[in-house]
Amino acid sequence: MRLSLTINGERREDDIDPRTLLVHYLRDIAGLTGTHVGCETSLCGACTVHLNGHAVKSCTVLAVQAEGAEITTIEGLARGGQLHPLQEGFWEEHGLQCGYCTPGMIMAAADLLARNRNPTETQIREALEGNLCRCTGYQHIINAIQSAAAKMRTQKAA
Amino acid sequence: MAVIPKFVGERIKRREDPRLITGTGMYVDDVRLPGMLSAVVLRSPHAHAKINSIDLSKARALKGVVCVLSGDDLRDKVGPVPCVAPADHVPYHPVLAQGKVRFVGEGVAVAVASSPYIAQDALDLIDVDYDPLDAVVDPEKALEPGAPVLHEEFGNNSVTFASVPNPAVDEAMRKADKIIKARLVNQRLAPIPMEPRGAVARWDGGYKQLTVWSSTQIPHLLRSQLAEMLKVGENRIRVIAPEVGGGFGCKLNVYAEEALVAHLSMTLGKPVKWIERRRENFAGTTHGRDQITYLEVAALKDGTVTAVKAHFVCDMGAYLQLLTPAIPGFSGLMMTGCYKIPALSFDQQMVFTNKMSTDAYRGAGRPEACYIAERVMDMVAAEFGLDPADVRRKNFIPKEAFPAPTAGGLVYDSGDYELSLNKALEIVGYQKVRAEQEAARKQGRYIGIGIASYVEICGIGPSALLPPKLKGGGWESATIRMEPDCKVTVLTGVSPHGQGQETTFAQIVADELGIDIDDVNVVHGDTAVVQYGIGTFGSRGTTVGGPALMMSVGKLQEKMKKIASTMMEVPPDQLIFTNRTVALASDPSKSIPLQQVVDAAYGYKQPIPGVEPGLDATSFYEPQNCTFPFGTHVAVVEVDPETGVVKFLRYVAVDDCGRILSPLLVEGQVHGGIAQGIAQALYEEVVYDESGQLLTATLMDYAVPKAHMLPRYELSATVTPSPVNVLGVKGVGEAGTIGSTPCVVSAVMDALKPFGIRHIDMPLKPEKVWRAIRDAQQKG
Ligand code: FES
Ligand code: FES
Repeated sequence: MRLSLTINGERREDDIDPRTLLVHYLRDIAGLTGTHVGCETSLCGACTVHLNGHAVKSCTVLAVQAEGAEITTIEGLARGGQLHPLQEGFWEEHGLQCGYCTPGMIMAAADLLARNRNPTETQIREALEGNLCRCTGYQHIINAIQSAAAKMRTQKAA
Repeated sequence: MAVIPKFVGERIKRREDPRLITGTGMYVDDVRLPGMLSAVVLRSPHAHAKINSIDLSKARALKGVVCVLSGDDLRDKVGPVPCVAPADHVPYHPVLAQGKVRFVGEGVAVAVASSPYIAQDALDLIDVDYDPLDAVVDPEKALEPGAPVLHEEFGNNSVTFASVPNPAVDEAMRKADKIIKARLVNQRLAPIPMEPRGAVARWDGGYKQLTVWSSTQIPHLLRSQLAEMLKVGENRIRVIAPEVGGGFGCKLNVYAEEALVAHLSMTLGKPVKWIERRRENFAGTTHGRDQITYLEVAALKDGTVTAVKAHFVCDMGAYLQLLTPAIPGFSGLMMTGCYKIPALSFDQQMVFTNKMSTDAYRGAGRPEACYIAERVMDMVAAEFGLDPADVRRKNFIPKEAFPAPTAGGLVYDSGDYELSLNKALEIVGYQKVRAEQEAARKQGRYIGIGIASYVEICGIGPSALLPPKLKGGGWESATIRMEPDCKVTVLTGVSPHGQGQETTFAQIVADELGIDIDDVNVVHGDTAVVQYGIGTFGSRGTTVGGPALMMSVGKLQEKMKKIASTMMEVPPDQLIFTNRTVALASDPSKSIPLQQVVDAAYGYKQPIPGVEPGLDATSFYEPQNCTFPFGTHVAVVEVDPETGVVKFLRYVAVDDCGRILSPLLVEGQVHGGIAQGIAQALYEEVVYDESGQLLTATLMDYAVPKAHMLPRYELSATVTPSPVNVLGVKGVGEAGTIGSTPCVVSAVMDALKPFGIRHIDMPLKPEKVWRAIRDAQQKG
């Protein structure tokens, strides 16, 4: 069946098998492999993308459910060659090791910072409930999110 | 010209990150090739069953299906899954089951189709007629007469019995004030890298070239084993470890699926991809730990431990993977920990059960050893009413004793155990916290302080310490190439997958050659590009790969100095590399640009006597000993007696990994290690029921810790360089995992002391803790 939607600002239309999961559509048809699959059961968060501005686990959404939607993936986060403050934060604070969880973590964190500009450590830990990282022990991820939040607050203020 | 700074020792942002934070790294599932097919594996739902027949006809008839095979179709076509470690009984391990299945998740058939969805549909159409057999999952029961036998040819379930006797132990037991006995369990764990396994193979018939992309820690060793399994020359196989999303030991292996996709691609003439799903990962990727230890400890009233005797029962699972029976040995050898315990004896009974194989998991044998050593110290302290810190001090190998031979027959390279203990206690404010604990107890609050001093073994070498059948040894390789434009390429034989050697090695090279870190490109994980290497495991990346790189850097420097010396007319030994020049050490203003030296080497218009054209060097570094990182972790926890929930109040870690090259990356390694060690102490456990069904097959049932389940870590370090290698490094990949497990258990037991509870087996889940408290209250 026909699917039309906007990914990272670009409109596209594709013929798809109706049972295709959004994550597989993004990776295999749209060619955006930055979104990862870690469990296919909505438990790890590696597949997190934004659907109409909100974080969703794209392994538990059918592609057809995204008809007409705006999707943002990790590939669409940097604007005009400028990294998103969260991407900078993860880089500067060593918020990643193997990098597999990272796109999902960053997308989940972006969703959090859209709701809460100045989250506490506890709030961040709770907000990451659905995102697993096996490498970092989370501390540098939390530092990364806090550093990005601070940067985003000053950017807004400026 | 701007001065180029030094990089080693600085908090450098990682060079691998830009691609990873923008989603442009390439993991194995991101490999896309024209005409690529998908393979999906049908897995056994039974822990133990005879296969009467398999009907593949309906699956083969499905539209879009290219091929469906069972184990019988592969007889004599693909060799068995290898185990290189010695054992009395090494069973034949087919890539797909033949005649019998022996654990839930064992591969039975494979379907190849134009998409994974169709291949999955095909699996549903395969009809397997099984005769279920009794299963055995408890390794101790597996040894009892009459237990179901997994591999009939051996007559029983023993893999190997190994014994390291020592008459001095009995002597010490006779003289002891007290013999403390205990049974300790290191439960079965699942490594769970966030990226499951996966492999893609492409056979190029014209060129007779097989390329295999695999999520592996050991591309070269995998190539050697695939060559044997497929009967293809190693010079015809290229293994690529692309971006690897975590390994933790479970990708230090050779798996059936890697050979399967290769075989399928060779027979079908098309690229074939297999990607493991999480459920398969739980069932069919190696597990770790799973050891039971019966301990006898000879102790004196003053807290001195004079002997340790142990009997291990080690669960190997149904088959032996690459190093399965080699792992428990480390637990035995390292069991005396940081302590000068004079007498050690142990034996190890390794056992087959109807479960997935165990093998290396972060720490691989040493977390078990450290857990034992630290529980011993705590038990001795409890027995004689001594302070656990004092008991450790009393037994520590003193810093003057290094290099220190141990009762296990190892020689610890360097150490200052008391220094790290004192530092950790000082950071945590030990006396103050003890006072707070006292005060809290009076209010009915249960605070516990846990201490673990660990020593572990990294960068295992010399090569003779590794299994004789392992292709390759304990060495590592590195090539350095100064390119004609004065940029440097490093080819390392290690295969990092998160550890960050693209950064660390670039730091080293930049400093040694006086160039910018941006001028260095570190390449790894491609056997067609990189000289034979061993890979990344056992905290060996920088510990063994680093010195190999230093050897090559040295050779390159020597050559460039020779060239520069003819150009500058000064002796080569008076030259140094700084700021992209070769300069006179005594007066760096007398210099020539590095580029001129490089031009001379490549242009070679003026032959330089005794110097070949070009600028590269390859080295293979054979370590003369292992390295022994150490440290002390201290945890402060509070246990809620009403719920059994353990809450962290503090977590302090003082680690000594020798010289620190990349402080930020070292912190990252320690953090991740602590998280996994805490997970063993409190949360994780692979559970099979009595019939061998895997009860923890999803991330819902297996508690990989989430962010809110872990504390903030307070890190510090002492620096005791290793004399084993030129860099003075010891390795840090596993240290955190090793120190944290006993530390947290120690803290919880300390909290429960008022209840008279001395030991609970891990994981210390709320329910278990709550039960132990309730039982103690009812008794008392
Ligand atoms: S892949 Fe979607 S949550 Fe794990
Ligand atoms: S960085 Fe490896 S899983 Fe998070």
